[in-house]
Amino acid sequence: MYLGRVVGCVWATVKHPAMVGQRMLVIQPLTPELQSTGKHLVCLDATGAGTGEIIYYVRGKEASFPFLPAEPPADATVVGIVDSVHLKRPPKAAGGRNPVHKKARKC
Amino acid sequence: MLIARVIGELVATQKHASHEGRKLLLVQPLNLDGSDRGDAVIALDAVDAGVGDRVLLVTEGFSAMTAVGRPQSPIDMAVIGFIDQIDLLPGAD
Repeated sequence: MYLGRVVGCVWATVKHPAMVGQRMLVIQPLTPELQSTGKHLVCLDATGAGTGEIIYYVRGKEASFPFLPAEPPADATVVGIVDSVHLKRPPKAAGGRNPVHKKARKC
Repeated sequence: MLIARVIGELVATQKHASHEGRKLLLVQPLNLDGSDRGDAVIALDAVDAGVGDRVLLVTEGFSAMTAVGRPQSPIDMAVIGFIDQIDLLPGAD
């Protein structure tokens, strides 16, 4: 699983029938220090996460398992909302990574 | 499987039911020389590992689900063992 932050929502009127009624969230992956890393991706939502929240998501075939017996063709799904991160290593030296972006708009 | 080090823990109240009762560990994959290999990931704990331990990490769904004992659940990474020692050929790292 991977750490991320919800930065938006995606709306699609026409989509695969198994995905009807599913929320789709735009996720910014994070490092354990909660710095942005990598590129955005779109995840289905199995937890009811809202914009701005820190979450963790699963990738691969397992992303469709929370919705069984329906099998939406998803490759990433939010499976938990993070309350706190207990990190016990010294933070990395600044390596050009951007700080966490401003809180996203409500959607 | 990857060599990794446990660097922290997550607390999540609202999560998928299959993740309840297992620790959520922040795990940093390592190169053979001990340096970081990519970004840290989150794995469910199958062996009661703790922060600072060097561990074996599986990064594929079936093996992770089997290790944790939760089939057909959204789990793609699990910590499945402690590493005591690694023997290498000279210069292999």
